[in-house]
Amino acid sequence: MFRPMSELRLASDGKAEHDATRAPRLSFSFDGRPLTGRDGDTVAATLLANGIDACRETPVSGAPRGPYCMMGVCFECLVVIDGVGNRQGCMVPLREGMAIETQHGRRQPEETQA
Amino acid sequence: MKAVAEIGEIADHYDLVIVGAGPAGLSAASRAGEHGLSVLLVDENPAPGGQIYRSITTTPVSDRTVLGEDYWRGSAIVARFERSAASYAARCTVWSIAPEDSDLPGAAFEIGLSLDGHARLIMAGQVILATGAQERPFPIPGWTLPGVMTAGAAQIALKSSAIVPKGRIVIAGCGPLLYLLAGQLAAAGAEIVAVLDTTPRRNWSAALGALPGFLRSPYLAKGLRLMAKARRNLRFIGGVTNLTAEGTGRVSSVRVERGNATQSIACDTLLLHHGVIPSVNLSNAAGCLHDFDETQHGWVPQLDDWFASSVPGIAIAGDGAGIGGAESAALRGEIAALDAARRLGRITIPERDAQAAPIRAQLERSLRGRRFLDLLYKPAMQFLAPPVDETIICRCEEVTAGQVRDAAKRLGVTGPNQMKAFLRCGMGPCQGRLCGPTVVELIAQARGTTPAEVGYYRLRPPVKPVTLAELASLPPSEAAVKAVVR
Repeated sequence: MFRPMSELRLASDGKAEHDATRAPRLSFSFDGRPLTGRDGDTVAATLLANGIDACRETPVSGAPRGPYCMMGVCFECLVVIDGVGNRQGCMVPLREGMAIETQHGRRQPEETQA
Repeated sequence: MKAVAEIGEIADHYDLVIVGAGPAGLSAASRAGEHGLSVLLVDENPAPGGQIYRSITTTPVSDRTVLGEDYWRGSAIVARFERSAASYAARCTVWSIAPEDSDLPGAAFEIGLSLDGHARLIMAGQVILATGAQERPFPIPGWTLPGVMTAGAAQIALKSSAIVPKGRIVIAGCGPLLYLLAGQLAAAGAEIVAVLDTTPRRNWSAALGALPGFLRSPYLAKGLRLMAKARRNLRFIGGVTNLTAEGTGRVSSVRVERGNATQSIACDTLLLHHGVIPSVNLSNAAGCLHDFDETQHGWVPQLDDWFASSVPGIAIAGDGAGIGGAESAALRGEIAALDAARRLGRITIPERDAQAAPIRAQLERSLRGRRFLDLLYKPAMQFLAPPVDETIICRCEEVTAGQVRDAAKRLGVTGPNQMKAFLRCGMGPCQGRLCGPTVVELIAQARGTTPAEVGYYRLRPPVKPVTLAELASLPPSEAAVKAVVR
């Protein structure tokens, strides 16, 4: 679970604001839940910033897993994006309107037909 | 620099294809461009910088004191690359590098690329792998629980998204990056409840021999400053001998052993770090030979003075050539690019040597003191070969340390490739990146031999998953058509 860093800056109107909150917000959904994320973040970073730290269940035991390395090495952040499974959340930039889902076990064949 | 947005914009042939847009790849591309080579720089990430200069052009962290001046050095490296004539394919994955057997002039390699779900095969005369490093696996019981991450992961989140773990953070392990990250997270306002240092006390005697080099190194002042700051401002617990991440569904505490004493520390996030090792998946799959480096305790490609690998035409620069840090990575990239220009006949050997001489001098300076750090921060054996049988070591296939030990002892499995056949370790999506070093270490320990003797996984392309649909949509080559016509 992540939160914006506490880097307080003064905006032009003199009001303190978080640097990271200045970027435009994008709408997306996670398991059908409407959420927003910062434009420029990856899917994995967006999920962490939204308090979601488990994004898949393993094919072997069904154990919950979440982003571990954030650099494309560990494949723990695999999610279903717009119907396509096995996407590395840490490598995919968030886009407006994305439908992101928990990946349950292996990539499902029907997902590939999207 | 010419940014490539779609895979169709990539040319069929380049003099030089460089993989990885960290300091080594960026510097190699800039230097090669200055010598008139046609260059394609391919990188998986959305923006240049690699991991060390991650998001240097896009980071939302504007207070320069948070990430430190060493991070901001990356701006100049990227700016030079942007002025070059090189093509740059971001979000593009190299999944294969194979020798090209056609007689096309200047086509030595066939490179498999994937961008936005579309694959392409292109030709390259020379290849420089600048795929850098990854964090050494840190297998402890419970390290697969959500909320347990690598220290590097938290650093990436900070650099690229200006976010920090929420709630109580425990940082565990050893090495310069650990203390750097603790300082960066603290500066970003994160709540670090403890730094658990696993540096084995006996490492000091091994490292002392390398102390003179360290005393003359650029690391010294920087390192001491980092350590002093971390120790002054944070709860620092040294002499940690074992760790267990505990929790149901996610991490809620970490059990800390210091010799015979045990304590439990409640936390919301546990960050692990035991140094970095070269990323060998692509070089291994391309057929480059690797040796086990005792000092760095990891697999390092066999390279000559120009960073040329055992496969003629493939050079390996940056931390992928052995861990040396950001500054040396950039210098290695320059040297590898000069030799690529020489092999392509753009410069003569005397020209290459003259240009490389001052870079080599800088490189030597930048590597001074590295040996001391390698020896001091070599992880203790219990973190390389986990003693608790239930510890998961292959995260993808959920294979435990006990299973690997049992197969090595009872079934007499002698190497990691045979181990795959019995246990499937290393056969999941990460292709051994997170279990390879541990599997090798466990086999070596069980059989009373060394990692060098045990060997490593034989990796094969594709080094990153590509769909069958992508492969099926590749245009067939003339040879492929001929092969099935009759």
